[in-house]
Amino acid sequence: MRDLPSDPLAAFRDPESMRRLTRRLHELAPSRPLTFMHVCGTHENAIGRFGIRSLLPPWLRILAGPGCPVCVCPPAEIDAAVRLALERSVLLATFGDMLHVVGRISLARARALGADVRVVRGPHEASLLARRHPDRQVVLLAVGFETTACTTAAALLADPPDNLGIISAHRLIPPAMDALLGVPGLRLDGFLLPGHATTITGTAAYLSFTSASGLPTAVAGFEPVDILLGLERLATLATEGRVELANAYGRAVRPAGNLAAQRAIESVFEPADASWRGLGTIPGSGLALRATFRRHDALARFHLELDPDLPDSVPGCRCGEVMVGLVEPEGCPHFDAGCAPTSPRGPCMISAEGTCRSRFIFRESELD
Amino acid sequence: MCLAIPMRLSQIDGLRGITQSGGVCCEVRLDLLPQVRVGDHVLVHAGYAIEVLDETLAAETLELLAELGALEDGAADGAS
Ligand code: SF4
Repeated sequence: MRDLPSDPLAAFRDPESMRRLTRRLHELAPSRPLTFMHVCGTHENAIGRFGIRSLLPPWLRILAGPGCPVCVCPPAEIDAAVRLALERSVLLATFGDMLHVVGRISLARARALGADVRVVRGPHEASLLARRHPDRQVVLLAVGFETTACTTAAALLADPPDNLGIISAHRLIPPAMDALLGVPGLRLDGFLLPGHATTITGTAAYLSFTSASGLPTAVAGFEPVDILLGLERLATLATEGRVELANAYGRAVRPAGNLAAQRAIESVFEPADASWRGLGTIPGSGLALRATFRRHDALARFHLELDPDLPDSVPGCRCGEVMVGLVEPEGCPHFDAGCAPTSPRGPCMISAEGTCRSRFIFRESELD
Repeated sequence: MCLAIPMRLSQIDGLRGITQSGGVCCEVRLDLLPQVRVGDHVLVHAGYAIEVLDETLAAETLELLAELGALEDGAADGAS
């Protein structure tokens, strides 16, 4: 077995490999322009950071889909976390990205108003907080796709203290991709599959989607060579009219995925209908705690209901449409005209992986 | 948000591991990777190792890219 170089990423950032893949892309001659969608905020970030769009042939367009878990999370879950922190004095733990998105107000604002809001790196740290503060109720606002859901599940399986509660705002990608196919006016020629969510589910989770949708798919990693390789595979399949799934991230993604992680999710959660900003309620796209873990269900513990009537967006913000690829950030009248990372209006500009924010921060690299 | 960082696992103590990346040590949970071994490169997300990187497959991808380069060079030679 050959060893990876000491910096395992260097080879996947190699400019020479990028040039070769770019040339191969340009040599393809599809019979019509192609539009691919990725469904991963980390992809959008990497595509912007490495200036990938500026390398593409004119017939190829990459749209960002609903890949930012913070952005797809509707205000109800955030509002519930804010209410628990402010009105019930819980110690509210969440990931840094969730601090500034808004329910009625944001968790950052709640903290300024005196609530005890802490940023944790992962669910295990929330569990440690609960252990360290046995006299407090500790609630984790857990957000993220399969990649993160398995870590919440693992923390709950590792015998956490009873004073740890969670609000599960986890979401699953495959049901959202089914929903995207029904978005009026959205025409796609293929999907770039999210490398790290697919690490957990395996490519198997997307085989039936690929054949049912009639669209080719390709799993891609997050280095520039990975992304170009994924795009080259996808464009080749689309050009040849082949409806197949290509795995361009073989070093991290296996056909069956991470079985231990899947078992963890299955033993802790059951699929539940969940609402997505821009896509509405999607059957089976959320994760609710199973009865055996209900003692850790923060909403049940505090007899709190999600408020279904909170408006999905700030007036004028087009995040809902940006999220499903119907509007590019530049198509929103507020983009860089009242909405910027320093004064964001909507979650797509607030979240570190929001499409509007990535586009704003990296746009210089596309002016060529 | 699904950002996961490749790191080399240098120690295992039950379900806790120590990883190294660029001289920085980091404690990670190994609950989701029962088969992991010291020396493996793992992907770390939210404090958990979520997958072992397959070094053979990584090398294969790199070889494939090198072959692309050889093909191009070959084509260039043929043209000259
Ligand atoms: S630019 Fe700002 S206001 Fe417009 S869609 Fe994006 S986040 Fe919303």
